Amino acid sequence: MSSLSASDVRPQAAPAPSAPPAAIKVQNVSITYQSALQDRQTLVGTLSRLRRRRKILREVRAVRDVSFEVPRGTVLGIIGANGAGKSTLVRAMAGILPPTSGRIEVHGRVSTLLALGVGFDRKLTGRQNVVLGGLAAGLSREQLAAKYEEIVAFAELEEFMDMPMRTYSAGMYGRLAFSVAVNMEPDILLIDEALSVGDAHFKRKSFDKMRELCESAHTIVLVSHGMNAMRQLADEVLWLHKGQIREYGPPREVIRAYKRFMRVEDDDQTAEEDV
Amino acid sequence: MRMSTDTVNKDVPPQEDPAAIADGWADAYTPEVNVYEPHRTQVPPLLPYVRELWRRREFAVEMSRMRLRSQHYGTMFGTAWLILSPLMLGVVYFVLVDIIRGGNRPAGFFTHLLGGVFAYYLFSDAVRPAARSVTGGGRLILNTAFPRALLPLSAVIVSIMRFLPTLPVYAVLHVATGRPVGIEMLWAVVVFAEIVLFAAGVSMLVAAGQVYFRDLKEFLPYLMRVWLYLSPVLWYADEVPHGYDFLLYVNPLGSMLTAWSEALNSATTPGLDWLLIGLAWAVGAFVAGGLFFVSREREFAVRL
Ligand SMILES: Nc1ncnc2c1ncn2[C@@H]1O[C@H](COP(=O)(O)OP(=O)(O)OP(=O)(O)O)[C@@H](O)[C@H]1O
Ligand SMILES: [Mg+2]
Repeated sequence: MSSLSASDVRPQAAPAPSAPPAAIKVQNVSITYQSALQDRQTLVGTLSRLRRRRKILREVRAVRDVSFEVPRGTVLGIIGANGAGKSTLVRAMAGILPPTSGRIEVHGRVSTLLALGVGFDRKLTGRQNVVLGGLAAGLSREQLAAKYEEIVAFAELEEFMDMPMRTYSAGMYGRLAFSVAVNMEPDILLIDEALSVGDAHFKRKSFDKMRELCESAHTIVLVSHGMNAMRQLADEVLWLHKGQIREYGPPREVIRAYKRFMRVEDDDQTAEEDV
Repeated sequence: MRMSTDTVNKDVPPQEDPAAIADGWADAYTPEVNVYEPHRTQVPPLLPYVRELWRRREFAVEMSRMRLRSQHYGTMFGTAWLILSPLMLGVVYFVLVDIIRGGNRPAGFFTHLLGGVFAYYLFSDAVRPAARSVTGGGRLILNTAFPRALLPLSAVIVSIMRFLPTLPVYAVLHVATGRPVGIEMLWAVVVFAEIVLFAAGVSMLVAAGQVYFRDLKEFLPYLMRVWLYLSPVLWYADEVPHGYDFLLYVNPLGSMLTAWSEALNSATTPGLDWLLIGLAWAVGAFVAGGLFFVSREREFAVRL
């Protein structure tokens, strides 16, 4: 280990006060899924294909050559059509998907709220999911015990914690997921579509919580289809289109361009269908 | 530092000055720096990996406990199944073998068979669920970064938890049928450790294999059945006719279960050759399975 940490202990020059250091640096990152989408990937299949030399792995290039930086303490919004690669990109920043090429640097403790991700096993209760999720994320039992009440109180799901998560409504599910993520005291919070599920009351609450986190110098990456929230929360917005950055800049401009673009595409499609 | 990541220092390509990174980015607010780079099929630094694994051991234990509880949740006999099912299995096999043998059973055969079945299921009850552990871990794998080896290993823990309650059952029957008791029986602990190590290795192997070959889990039940028949469980090791005794050597469980029976059932010191061959198999399987799994695990998320 000692040999690995050599540059961690290197004397550090004071960071330039004018430019806050980036919390996340994404450099020329491409991510390709390799899935046997059509045929099932089987031993028998592979053996028979070895003779015929056919390749059935279907590659999906979900993210293509994307580079950007997220300065510490800022909120980056990511928008884009379904399947644009938003979730994929966020998973890569969380260290879950290895980039196929390129390089990602993350400075700080990451907490993820990916596609409503606490409940990995819907047969287990809310409590068990929170505990298992927290332990997997590396919290100790004591840390979890200390946070547990807070998480439940924030989600306002006291009566439901001992019910299997399959009995939860989509909104309850999302509330618990959001509550877990924000109460992990992360330096960097990655949120993939969670603001949309709560009711008006919880939306307000989660919105305020996000504001609070952002003001306490947290770095947040927020994926959402909700343009209003995006406009209010994000400092910068990145528009992904088919895995590539289409635009990057101040929320208002990018969102305006995005909306215009979507409408045009819609029109195009309907026009084509009419023909 | 988190798992499945490389620390900033390690993977910085030489052409990039690590000092520049440290200068610009590392400061009091950055307790952790992670760099994610293209995955090559290679073994990550093992020491940090094992440390992360150890740090999350509570997860494996908790997961196993919940799995175990949910397996028998809402059943008529509840946790009594943990004892009932292996016992019934043992009795069924005994009746079967007794009929085939025409009723002439060697001394202590019932306890030999029962102990063997319990030990064998310690192995197979770990391996079969382990095969599904990664491919069935979808959400958790897609949404959390953690050492994936926790998944097959928690299948092994479940199996150990299922195995332990059968020991008192065995003890009662051992005494009731008048089998010898002695300090040599403690050798069984060594054999137990070998079986667990071997099961862990095979579990990691099949868990990773299942990601690439989705029909592996279809083969496993047959493989496990045949493996049982080829192991000295339904027969005594010294009953093996000439020409078949190689089975005891090439079958990893052959040597372990022979030693198991010698220690547990006969209360004798097991043959050193059995112990050593078993140990070699166990360590070999653990290292091979572990390295295969760990070198592949970063790829799992893109292949689910
Ligand atoms: N596990 C997977 N295996 C194979 N392909 C995948 C996988 N997950 C996503 N993809 C593909 O990658 C592309 C990007 O998916 P992604 O989930 O990142 O989109 P998204 O921008 O989050 O969409 P949405 O707005 O619907 O959430 C899609 O074409 C999708 O088909
Ligand atoms: Mg998505």
